[in-house]
Amino acid sequence: MAALNPVELRDVAKSYGDGPPVLTGVNLAARPGDLVALIGPSGCGKSTLLRLVAGLNPVSAGRLTVNGRTPGEAADELAFVFQEATLLPWLTVAQNVEVPLRLRGVPAEERAEARRKVLELVRLTDRAQAYPRQLSGGQKMRVSLARALIVSPKIILLDEPFGALDEMTREHLNEELLGIRQATGWTAFFVTHSVAEAVFLSNRIVVMAANPGRVHAEIAVPLPYPRTPETRVSRAYLDLVAQVSRVLRSVEDSAGPFAP
Amino acid sequence: MRKPLLNLLLPAAAGVAFLGCWQGVHLSLSEDSRFLLPSPGAVGQAMLDHRATLLRATLNTAEGALAGFGLAVVVSTVISILLALSPWVRRAFYPYLMALQMTPLPVLAPICVIWVGAGLKSVALLTFVISFFPLVVNTTQGLISTDRNLVELFQLYGARPWQKLLLLRAPAALPYFFTGLRIAATIAPIGAVVADMNAGTSAGDGGGLGFQAVIFASQARYAALFATAATTCLLGFALNAVVLLVSWLCLRHWHDSYERTDR
Repeated sequence: MAALNPVELRDVAKSYGDGPPVLTGVNLAARPGDLVALIGPSGCGKSTLLRLVAGLNPVSAGRLTVNGRTPGEAADELAFVFQEATLLPWLTVAQNVEVPLRLRGVPAEERAEARRKVLELVRLTDRAQAYPRQLSGGQKMRVSLARALIVSPKIILLDEPFGALDEMTREHLNEELLGIRQATGWTAFFVTHSVAEAVFLSNRIVVMAANPGRVHAEIAVPLPYPRTPETRVSRAYLDLVAQVSRVLRSVEDSAGPFAP
Repeated sequence: MRKPLLNLLLPAAAGVAFLGCWQGVHLSLSEDSRFLLPSPGAVGQAMLDHRATLLRATLNTAEGALAGFGLAVVVSTVISILLALSPWVRRAFYPYLMALQMTPLPVLAPICVIWVGAGLKSVALLTFVISFFPLVVNTTQGLISTDRNLVELFQLYGARPWQKLLLLRAPAALPYFFTGLRIAATIAPIGAVVADMNAGTSAGDGGGLGFQAVIFASQARYAALFATAATTCLLGFALNAVVLLVSWLCLRHWHDSYERTDR
């Protein structure tokens, strides 16, 4: 029997209440170790897609499985990184990172051990006792990432996690993210607005179209891992960025100039 | 180091200016109408002369105020949690909570006296009534204003309802709770004094500050009356200081209303 796809969507549709469909006819499968970037115009439902996989919202039609189970059943294999750091401001970095384990009733000693490991991964060991408001935007996102990693997830869902950061910080975090993945080997879905980021991180890019949200095209990114700052200046990388940009522009044009 | 000094000096200077103006107004009055505004010195003297009476009255009022205030904190927290459960519960009960606040204390006072008798119990009950509303409104608002992303985060990691309440909604509501607490701490002593004027008694260990004010007024001891007012003021300040301290201890590390200490 072939290995189970970590995430599989068959004819998935989503609408809220009686509203128009947000997503329709989505067929998508992530293979083990895939880093799938979701990119598309605003309102194409890429964040909604991520929320469906996370089990935050139910699908309206079709079938969605996470390692062969429903998202709800597979909750312990999933981690989600929000657009904002979404930290509890009254807890220290260490306490924030431990929240998922605390909610699952993991004993304090085990929690501390796991927390030390993930804080080391995101290079924030020395900030463990700081409060979120004492951190920079990039540091906050790294705490958020550490909190996702602490549950040793098989699948990580990232909803534009570095969108609010400056270019330099974002590039650094992208490299760090790939480094961490090298060590831990999860499958990931990654929503982004940045073509450069999508190409740099992923091995597959799913371009989505809006009204209603659907998969428009899939583009393979055959650049080898590990990817480094040199990758960003390589011919193959720049060609891919140009190619994805063209596809994205054609999607946006077909939606009309006044589409949301 | 200059800022803390300035923080002390500014109110002190304003206080001296205020006392100066007071003395000025007192002196500008004609001899036979000066009783309308006794001089600051005379009020201070009255405070000293009546210190035993005022201290006893202050302790009585403080006891009633603290009992009512404390009860309001506990009951309002429980009610807020219930109200935060659903918008339907809020819609059903809010008008009645407001009705409690709309009824003036002097009207409620005789009812309380019928129920629990004049004196401390009535004062506590009336203080409870007046402190309850700002507490319940603010705490409820805090409990239902939790950041949606944080709620989803807890949902994602399978948090149980009690975990959501204790680890998320309650701490997130703390700044709101303290806003309510500060309002309640300001009006609780006022409520206690007004209650005491209407439901106080000289029986037992004597009345509180409100009762004492009524007596001084009826005896035309105006300096003593002003001294009673000043004492009431001090009591209010003391309660507020305690609330501010607790608020600072709970929020200083993380809430934006307190300055960052480092970065």
